[in-house]
Amino acid sequence: MNKKRRLTDSLVNIWMRGGLYILLSIPVFIGIGLYWKAAPLLNEHSLTELIFSSKWFPMRGEFGFLPFIFSSVYVTLLAFILSAPLCLFAAIYLTQFGKMRLLNFMLPVIDILAGIPSVVYGVWGILVIVPLVSDKIAPFFGTISSGYSLLAGGIVLAVMCIPYMLNMLIEVFNTIPVGMKEASLSLGATHWEMVKHVIIRKGFPGIISAFGLGIAKAFGETIAVLMVVGNTLNITLSPFKAGYPLPALIANNYGEMMSIPDYDSALMFAALLLFVVILIINLFFRYFIHKTEKI
Amino acid sequence: MNRRKIIEEWIFKTISFLAAYSVVLILLYLLIVVFNKGIGALSWEIVFSLPKGGYYFGGGGGILNAIVGSFYLSLGATVLAVFIGLPAALFINVQLIRLKRTQNTIRFFLDALWGIPSIVYGAFGFAVMLFFGLNASLLAGIITVALLITPILVRAFDEVLKTIPVELQEASYSLGSTRTETALKVLFKQGFAGFITALLLAFGRGIGDAASVLFTAGFTDNIPVTLDEPVATLPLSIFFQLSSPIEAVRQRAYAAAVVLTVIILIISVSARLLSKRYSKNIIK
Repeated sequence: MNKKRRLTDSLVNIWMRGGLYILLSIPVFIGIGLYWKAAPLLNEHSLTELIFSSKWFPMRGEFGFLPFIFSSVYVTLLAFILSAPLCLFAAIYLTQFGKMRLLNFMLPVIDILAGIPSVVYGVWGILVIVPLVSDKIAPFFGTISSGYSLLAGGIVLAVMCIPYMLNMLIEVFNTIPVGMKEASLSLGATHWEMVKHVIIRKGFPGIISAFGLGIAKAFGETIAVLMVVGNTLNITLSPFKAGYPLPALIANNYGEMMSIPDYDSALMFAALLLFVVILIINLFFRYFIHKTEKI
Repeated sequence: MNRRKIIEEWIFKTISFLAAYSVVLILLYLLIVVFNKGIGALSWEIVFSLPKGGYYFGGGGGILNAIVGSFYLSLGATVLAVFIGLPAALFINVQLIRLKRTQNTIRFFLDALWGIPSIVYGAFGFAVMLFFGLNASLLAGIITVALLITPILVRAFDEVLKTIPVELQEASYSLGSTRTETALKVLFKQGFAGFITALLLAFGRGIGDAASVLFTAGFTDNIPVTLDEPVATLPLSIFFQLSSPIEAVRQRAYAAAVVLTVIILIISVSARLLSKRYSKNIIK
């Protein structure tokens, strides 16, 4: 080997290794960076106070994140309840009952829809869901709502999660060996019984993981929710009232965060909270998939 | 077969049939509404001119600043992402090919990284900006978006690289090539179709993402000339205009949403077509 080739090889090797190390250090730096900015707040208040207090008066130096956490959890759960059964049954139909041609057509369509920016989903939410909630759904339940509500946020999030979860569920169902399905059918099971006893049972870890990752995605979604959720402080069980999820808090207040003391720390703390919660959910369910794929 | 079985079978088949088609309908409906509302407001002026005086009060002009800004931002971020991501993806599949456990751990972390919401990247980008004393600018935006799309690029490219048989690498080594040559001349060529797909996927994400650039890229009515100027982006332009109380301004937000959707659709469809085209040269 001549000198030039050897030199190129070692240089490119360094470059490759460097790229990988940079990539893997991103989450570490995010964690450190956000903690560094959130530290002033964490020094003055205890973690339990920040998370469980509902007093949000930045001007007086009181930062209770409970209303935001509550809204986030509420919207996320609502989205999950609306989208999970739909995705599960749709994935069952596409992989088990429907024609192969339909699935082959749907896969790229789902992929493309998953790439549509969240701001477009937000526009759709404002055009369709907000009027729907204020004119149809709220009067139906005998209440008044401006439409900008937790329910609207939940519905928009649910629609956003559909392509994402559906994609993962189809992948899960496609990995189940055909032989297993055939064995069940040959013993006289109907198609649905086969789905119930083989597909759902065998795919169970995958289904749970797809749901978990869907929840994590919904929890961190910002712009689309921000546009329809109303953004007022509220702890209420009524889905027709407005809410104020964590990502919306960060996105809405970056303008004035330098003018109030500790306010920037508070927003960075909110980002840190999102980062930690979502990273933990992601790591847990990815690990779950990882383990089950091996067996 | 007893009756109960037949009824249960029918009920659940119907439910799943309805679920599948309602998913299709909901998503179609979404596109139809956005297009329907926006196409009426769309004009050459909106796409091809900069905002003029009083634009945000219904004055003349267009969103060219945001369209070009988004392209600049995403292009810069994609270049940066390729610079870090391409070698990383090749490293996983060449140098680490015998270390299955390490490979899997790295993939596991990258998958988890994929799920981190863009607002967190945005907040982190802001912290970095403060640390280095930068202002909200094209450069800060590019760095933030690059952080967001690099894991996507690497994982998408890696999915293709890992299907390439090890024998191909072994053949390359047996002819006396170095690892670098194997990586760049064999693996990269073989996975080129996947690379194009990954590239366009990342580029599309970069154009469509709003939350990460909210803090870092700023907003301006002009097209930036240097890296330290602020830059407008299409998603933010839609977002800001939609919150206006003036109907004419909101109409333009709908038009901008159509522009953004069309750009994203073109990118995803061309990703598919290009990847088909380039996969003809692959050694099977």
